[in-house]
Amino acid sequence: MNEELLNILQTLVTSSTPLVIAALGETLTERAGVVNLSLDGSITLAAAIGFIAAVGSGSALVGIIAAMVVGALIALIIVVADIELKQDQVAIGFVLTLLAASLAQFIGQSYTRVRGPELPFVSLTFLKDIPILGPVFFTDHNPLVYISLLLVFVTWWWIFRTRPGLALRAVGERPASAFARGTKVNRLRYLYTLLGGSLVGLAGAAYSLSIKAGWTNPPAMRGDGWIALAIVIFGGWHPFRVVLGAYLFAGLRAISSAIQRSPDIQIPLVLINALPWLLMIGTLLLVSSGAIERLLRALPRSAQVWTRNLLRSDPPAALGTRFEER
Amino acid sequence: MTDNRTPLRILLLIAPIVLSLAITAILVLAVGKNPLEVMTAIWEGAFRNSNAVAGVVNFWIPLTFACLGLVITFTAGLWNIGVEGQMMLGAVFASWAARTLTLPSPVLLPLEIVLAMLGGAFWGFLVGFLRVRLGVNEIFGGVALNALANVLVIYLISGPWQPPEGGSAQSTPPFPAESLLPEISSEFPVSLLALFLIVIIVAAVFLALRGTRWGLNLKATGKNPRSALLLGVPTTQSALSAFVICGAIAGIGGAYRVLFTFDSLRPLPSGGIGFLALLVVLVVANRALLAPIVGFVFAAILAGSTRLRVVLQLDQSLAEVLQGFVVLLVLMANGLRGRILGGPGAESSIQPEPQAQPTVTTAAEATTHE
Repeated sequence: MNEELLNILQTLVTSSTPLVIAALGETLTERAGVVNLSLDGSITLAAAIGFIAAVGSGSALVGIIAAMVVGALIALIIVVADIELKQDQVAIGFVLTLLAASLAQFIGQSYTRVRGPELPFVSLTFLKDIPILGPVFFTDHNPLVYISLLLVFVTWWWIFRTRPGLALRAVGERPASAFARGTKVNRLRYLYTLLGGSLVGLAGAAYSLSIKAGWTNPPAMRGDGWIALAIVIFGGWHPFRVVLGAYLFAGLRAISSAIQRSPDIQIPLVLINALPWLLMIGTLLLVSSGAIERLLRALPRSAQVWTRNLLRSDPPAALGTRFEER
Repeated sequence: MTDNRTPLRILLLIAPIVLSLAITAILVLAVGKNPLEVMTAIWEGAFRNSNAVAGVVNFWIPLTFACLGLVITFTAGLWNIGVEGQMMLGAVFASWAARTLTLPSPVLLPLEIVLAMLGGAFWGFLVGFLRVRLGVNEIFGGVALNALANVLVIYLISGPWQPPEGGSAQSTPPFPAESLLPEISSEFPVSLLALFLIVIIVAAVFLALRGTRWGLNLKATGKNPRSALLLGVPTTQSALSAFVICGAIAGIGGAYRVLFTFDSLRPLPSGGIGFLALLVVLVVANRALLAPIVGFVFAAILAGSTRLRVVLQLDQSLAEVLQGFVVLLVLMANGLRGRILGGPGAESSIQPEPQAQPTVTTAAEATTHE
């Protein structure tokens, strides 16, 4: 494999990291049956506050923690409004999307063109020497990239291979049955919404402390939150497919901007700008058309058992619904 | 009984507004400015003279069109985030007529409005079709179609419709005078025709939701799509028609922006008014008569806030922060009222009952169980 291609793939892994982290966070939240629609605003506000905290303290780590707290706080509003105040998750999430983004723009106004701490670039010993995978995944990345890779496996293992993960799935699929078996449904929904929210905040930090370091008005990451939400659907609420979706998306985006820069290929700019959104509709169409399920049924029976979780496209059955514990 | 509760009800009505003003004031203090000066600046920005008031009205008109459209989709239990794109397509279609057709004003203006309605309806239809026929959630379909509408606008401005001196990507050349909506007077530059249209559409939406079979079907679809279907309500057609009609009404709002506010087509001609309208409709729900009133308050704050940068060098987003907090806290207070006062219907006064609130699952249900 030539070096140039490996470099492109390496950049791709970096640039898709916030999408991976945010989409994994949202996957955990939605697996518990709660929709956190606020991603586009949450990521933006977390990025702003993370950056401001990092500038103020001189430490990127403080920035990361601040960003995660912001993401968790926004998630807390959603889950309190849902469980305690019986308000619609989607309505609250939408209001918070706009509110958080405006807030980010307001408090960020004096931080444009300010240079702040940035995450260091590190390579992992041993792992970086693996052919192909090493240079792409384990060389010259910011630490959040490695955390995102770890998160993919940890969330998969947690959701599908542990007892608490089974409870998580039960809460999202059949909350009444889970409750009857003694699971504290709403407590788990609090937990996973906050956990998911803090990961969404982490994604914001990945932008403002590394990938799009600094702050600009209008914020550079606007729109990506919606894409992360779409990736969760494309990913069928399965961490492996979610990460695949994020890489696929970032890859197509990278290709389109490479084409844009290349003088040989004349593709109208309008098509390039439209591409991410056409892709978003296209991927959702692919999922809703049942093409993935049909693919599953074409496989031999033994493979079906193995791939069932990976290829399903139905949302958690109780997604977006409220559960009364009584 | 009720006497004891009345003060609480009033408190829960006022508290969100006071609290959001307080939060905004703290934010203003945090950046080292005086909250009172901010309030004064916004007030002056909105009402200092007849021209300023006209500025508010010119914001209010497209906002109200978008709100009235959204009242329809909300009644049907649909989350039409795509309203922003529907306004933009209205603007594009109206711009086409304004640039291309040479007709006397009395013929051209109605034609522009009708085309704008068609454009908005077309974009609304796309969101609806994706949702009811192809199972793509209207929130995501809407977000994507909003972005695509703006891509189209920028393409037109920098491509086929660019000024003869070359593409600036700022706007198309100004439209000819006979294609623009006339103003009442230079002291009060507002379009009388648009005000007239608003009155008609408020009445039409109110009556259609209240007294027609179509309105009844929409309500049934919104409250419980599955039982509505079992009772013989054509939920698919109902939902689709809600998107189309909403798009058509919002399209007029888009046309107003290009035919009056700007005199040309500019990038993002909807300017976030569609999103603001979603916030307004979250507060007013399916009460069409309330939409213009709440809309006016929002329009005044937003139009007034343009003075913040001039007077205090503050970002205009402060006004959006205030509005966001108001809506968030109003929703929370509604929930609190339901929790404290209990009783049927207390769950949420925003929408008739919880099932009416569109969620990802009801969205999926409405489409897959047919």
